[in-house]
Amino acid sequence: MQTSLFNGVLAWLPNVQLAHFLIVSAILFALGLYGIVTRRNAIMVLMGVELVLNAANINLIAFSRYGGLHASGPALDGQVAAIFVIILAAAEAAIALAIVLNIYNRFQTVNVDEVSSLKE
Amino acid sequence: METFDIVFYIFATLTIVSAFVVVFTKNIMYAAFSLLFTFIGVAALYVLLHADFLAVTQILIYVGGILVLLLFGVMLTNNVVSVDIKTGTLNTIPALVAAAVIVGSLAAVFYMTWSTVGEPATAPTATTRAIGELLMTGYALPFEVASVVLLAALIGAALMARRTRKP
Repeated sequence: MQTSLFNGVLAWLPNVQLAHFLIVSAILFALGLYGIVTRRNAIMVLMGVELVLNAANINLIAFSRYGGLHASGPALDGQVAAIFVIILAAAEAAIALAIVLNIYNRFQTVNVDEVSSLKE
Repeated sequence: METFDIVFYIFATLTIVSAFVVVFTKNIMYAAFSLLFTFIGVAALYVLLHADFLAVTQILIYVGGILVLLLFGVMLTNNVVSVDIKTGTLNTIPALVAAAVIVGSLAAVFYMTWSTVGEPATAPTATTRAIGELLMTGYALPFEVASVVLLAALIGAALMARRTRKP
């Protein structure tokens, strides 16, 4: 009974194509955007940014696999672009953590809605 | 329905569910640890897309580097011992509406435009050597610029984090 139910669900799900990867990345992007907008803690905002960057990377690599940019040989340009995205994400995380630590030292909080003064 | 599809659905579900936990949980530590599962799920999606080098890079840099940095940030900016590390939310309803509109329109566009693209005919090959050659030939200038950016970020982060305030 359970095996037949499992097989029924599997038969109902469509075969995986390019659009499936793109839809997963769209959902990740929207979740990351929601996290960026709604979270008060600056670290949680950073986590939302990482989700958005991962969504962009899934898109780049999916098109590198399915897009067929080159007639001959594998099209790896999307993967190289994804590498640069990862490099910039690492740099962004380091800088953002340093900024957050400075904010915490100065304001004793990392809630982005309470840190609103530009000068003392 | 093949093994490829089953594995895709398993890891896509893992990625999306853990991303939901990241965004909607109140506890920062729970969010950080479910972000770990999101990164691992995304790395598995890279493997399914035959991007082996990118999958390993994702695990090394995101899980080994960025996630540890975020955990350090959580530990250093919250009083873990006494106060419970919870975080509030704001603008929930407008953000929910905006996110729903964006995911709906994006998914509709993706589905209508690319739903006919099937599995490509090219056989999967190892990508590490080809990516290295691309980085040294066609993408040499962005590669060098990225190294300068990383150096600047390293120096800047160390300088900002260690600076003592003048009285």
